[in-house]
Amino acid sequence: MLLITCPYCGPRPEIEFAARGEAHVARAAPDADGEAVAASLYVRSNPRGVIAERWRHVAGCGRFFDALRHTVTDKFVATYRVGEPRPDLAAPAGAGEGTR
Amino acid sequence: MSAAFRTASGGRIDRSKQLAFTFDGVRMIGHPGDTLASALTANGVRLLARSFKYHRPRGLVAAGSEEPNALVTVIRDDGRTTPNLAATTVELYDGLVAVSQNRWPSLKWDVGALNDLFSPIFVSGFYYKTFMWPRSFWQKVYEPRIRAAAGFGEAPKAADPDRYANRFAHCDVLVIGVGPAGLAAARAAADAGARVILCDENPELGGSLLADPSAVIDGEPGAAWAASIAADLAARETVTLLTRTTAFGWYQDNMVGLLERVTDHLADPPDHLPRERLWQVRAKRVVIAAGALERPLVFPENDRPGIMLADAARTFLARHGVAAGSRAVVFTATDSAYAAAIEAKAAGVSVALVADLRREASPAAEAARAAGIRVDLATTIEATSGGLSVESVRLARVAANGSIAPGETIACDLVLHSAGFTPTVHLFSQSRGKLRFDADRGVFLPGEPHEDATSAGACNGAETLAACLAAGHAAGAAAARAATGGEVAERAYAAEGLAIEIGGHFGEVPHGRDASRVKCFVDLQHDVTAKDIRLATREGFRSIEHVKRFTTTGMATDQGKASNMNALAVAAATMGLDVPQVGLTTFRRPYTPVSFGAFAGVNRGGLFDPIRRTPSHDAAAARGAPFEDVGLWKRAWWFPRDGEDRHAAVARECRTVRETVGVFDASTLGKIEVVGPDAAEFLNRMYVNPFLKLGVGRCRYGILCRDDGFVYDDGVIGRIAEDRFHVTTTTGGAPRVLMMMEDYLQTEWPELDVWLTSTTEQWAVVAIQGPEAREVIAPLVAGVDLSTAAFPHMSVADCRILGLPGRLFRVSFTGELGYELNVPADYGAALWDALLARAEALGGCAYGTETMHVLRAEKGYIIVGQDTDGTLTPADAGLARAVGKSKPDFVGKAGMARPDLTGPHRKEIVGLLPDDPKCVLDEGAQITAEANPAKGAHALGHVTSAYWSANVGRGIALAMVEGGRSRMGTKLHVPMPTGPIAVTVVDPVFWDKEGKRLDG
Ligand SMILES: [Zn+2]
Repeated sequence: MLLITCPYCGPRPEIEFAARGEAHVARAAPDADGEAVAASLYVRSNPRGVIAERWRHVAGCGRFFDALRHTVTDKFVATYRVGEPRPDLAAPAGAGEGTR
Repeated sequence: MSAAFRTASGGRIDRSKQLAFTFDGVRMIGHPGDTLASALTANGVRLLARSFKYHRPRGLVAAGSEEPNALVTVIRDDGRTTPNLAATTVELYDGLVAVSQNRWPSLKWDVGALNDLFSPIFVSGFYYKTFMWPRSFWQKVYEPRIRAAAGFGEAPKAADPDRYANRFAHCDVLVIGVGPAGLAAARAAADAGARVILCDENPELGGSLLADPSAVIDGEPGAAWAASIAADLAARETVTLLTRTTAFGWYQDNMVGLLERVTDHLADPPDHLPRERLWQVRAKRVVIAAGALERPLVFPENDRPGIMLADAARTFLARHGVAAGSRAVVFTATDSAYAAAIEAKAAGVSVALVADLRREASPAAEAARAAGIRVDLATTIEATSGGLSVESVRLARVAANGSIAPGETIACDLVLHSAGFTPTVHLFSQSRGKLRFDADRGVFLPGEPHEDATSAGACNGAETLAACLAAGHAAGAAAARAATGGEVAERAYAAEGLAIEIGGHFGEVPHGRDASRVKCFVDLQHDVTAKDIRLATREGFRSIEHVKRFTTTGMATDQGKASNMNALAVAAATMGLDVPQVGLTTFRRPYTPVSFGAFAGVNRGGLFDPIRRTPSHDAAAARGAPFEDVGLWKRAWWFPRDGEDRHAAVARECRTVRETVGVFDASTLGKIEVVGPDAAEFLNRMYVNPFLKLGVGRCRYGILCRDDGFVYDDGVIGRIAEDRFHVTTTTGGAPRVLMMMEDYLQTEWPELDVWLTSTTEQWAVVAIQGPEAREVIAPLVAGVDLSTAAFPHMSVADCRILGLPGRLFRVSFTGELGYELNVPADYGAALWDALLARAEALGGCAYGTETMHVLRAEKGYIIVGQDTDGTLTPADAGLARAVGKSKPDFVGKAGMARPDLTGPHRKEIVGLLPDDPKCVLDEGAQITAEANPAKGAHALGHVTSAYWSANVGRGIALAMVEGGRSRMGTKLHVPMPTGPIAVTVVDPVFWDKEGKRLDG
């Protein structure tokens, strides 16, 4: 069972969390055309490698946060608060808080 | 009286105590310290099982959990019957009852053994090829026959009466396997100050040290050293020492599942102990010290009882004081089996010879010769004979050019064999660590780890005791340092003992027999021979994963612990490939079987799934109401009177509500309190409806969509104050609606100042519906003017109800004058009783969910999730008027405007009236334009709700129909197995179309 570091609570077991899909996906503007709406609803990056995801510490503090997870190793690379930019993994200290 | 094969002295058993046990009804005696396997061997029992496919007689192969053959059922009582236990892992207790499996009528006379005569047709892949056709024969003939003939053991006939505990634990260092490497690792980690958990599947700590009389560590005999280190560790507060505990599975980020068998070894388990305990250990670092397993030699007819691994015989001798036979032939490809020969001879077993596949005499061979044992080099076994036990072997000489010359036949009742040792990499591999192939020794070893884990000792390729101790110490010290920063001094152990050979011989041995006919067993538990694996490669299977599935090699309960490397070698040799090119099958959890009870723990019976009961539950049960499962809730379905059946009760309730009044427990509705300066703005953005201008004390029917524009939930929302809303959701929808609201609040609009609180459990809700509703509640409610002028339909007010702080809604899910009374949950039953007494005095009644469904369908009110399926927009559902089109944005605004979500092809909710008024349609039935559509014709939609309406006097239905609203008055058809049913498309409101009754 994965150990996931909530940016607010620290490391907690996976069963306390809910996965909410890819992060940094912007909602379509209310007047966006069909293509743009469909893209924002259904098109995801599905990378082989690091993906940014939204998680919620649902059985803990209840806060939503974002996480970088490697889709091959299933390792969490970094977690960070909603609204913060996606950490630049190239920068050594960039991941900052919540890294393990 | 001593059993025939018990040695005169020695072994780690208590000879002063006798334990009586039975096997297949025969009473025998063993001692504390015995396993069922050792006790049976001591009593000369060597036929323990019949093989899976051919029903061949089988005996012990191993002494540990890797045993493939000797699976037995241990019976305490009907609920405590455990099948498929390896006899080598069953600790003996007084009164133990064990029976053999997979035989009929008895182990000695087994009808299934006829399969062996027909074995040419039972080749691998036989089931797939033969039983595939004709299809009906598979279900009716083949499968039941195969199931009756096969089957390892039987499931218990009664429910499991035992308790199973679950424990979570954290530690700095988890040490798995407590042989020399594990002990040294645990000691080093504990000395460095780390919190340590160490576990071993055996009842006694020490691993190989317990079976090696030659082991000496720091001047102490190996077993004694293990005992003193274990005692020292057990006395430390920072160390948890678990025996009879198998690390069976690795679950990411160093969480390891341990199964502790707490009472299975006890004759009379005390009531306060669980049978088993499942540990979920999260360790900062893990040291895997799982050791190595001896690998069998694959030679013709290598499966007869009495043919066992050399290391197993050493274990029976050293640990249990049991000689596995009286006249032994040892067949080996490595040195360590010579120790088995010398120790057996010393214990009084006649050793006929050691047949060594190798051409050169090693020092071990010279030592055996010096001990008076005949050693034949470059010698193989090419045949064995015997019935229920091995009786002789035929030797053959292997010339330097590979040619085989038949040799003499040697009488024996015991064949000890060894191909070498295989590192136990199961857990390392489960942890997603990469294995590397050691080409020199021909084995897979732990390579790059994926987790924070280290392998130490024989599982990492160490062959000598000194190397295992040194590796263990280093791994324990490093793990403690990484986990805690603690340090421990270097420690050099002075150690001597038997060295094992990692590697050795792989695959079938050379022999002069017809390879296309002779049975050289690779996987004993699944009866897979070298010939079967060659056949699989000839059939075109190249990947070892495919070979495995075609032949089923390695797929039995032992997971091929002893057979996988041999299977791989045979496959590789046949294909002319190197072993790494063929690949290794995946090691899967669990390492050894785990009981369902351990996984279930306390989550059984009433604790399996929580049951949610409404405040009126007991009152409803007292009236004989049946209950409907709605999610976890038990909801009263209807309230039968005087022997009424369902139909009569529901019809009466439906009429009573519309004629006088009905009382309904609506407590299951989800409730969310939305509070804050931006509460109205938040709801305005979440729901499709406008909320900014909703007045305090007023309610609105809200529709919640997802951003894709499809209806997700609905419910009445009341404005309690400028900054406070009472949101209701569908019964099952509250958690997901709250989750969705939190998501948008926290991630899309964090600038909004709003708090969300689930209040589903805080309020008990009773609905009063019908013309007399006001009359019923008036005496019970204070602080609110109930007149329609002051408190019209869709009003809400905080007030006193039964003198309690309450919240009164004037809402209707029936189309009648109606109220919903909210009181603190603890007073729900009192409210129910008070309202029902008032209602019944006025001629009203209680009603259940079935009547609620009928009444709302009569009004065309949809139930989200029944009349919608996650693909309907509000417009499809006939709710377009609710959408606040002038709002700048709301969840689903852009989604529902997508061009393909409008137009004549959309499915819309409509009413249906069957031409036959007595007909009630089936929910889910398809709707077509033609009465008798061609097979595969396109359905226009389906029936979503269908009821008998006592009030309308006919069957009514709601349906999703393509272009439904443009088909009003047209005829469609519902094709059923009994013939098509003609229906007319109508407006979905069947009762009081003008809505006059809402005001009573
Ligand atoms: Zn948290």
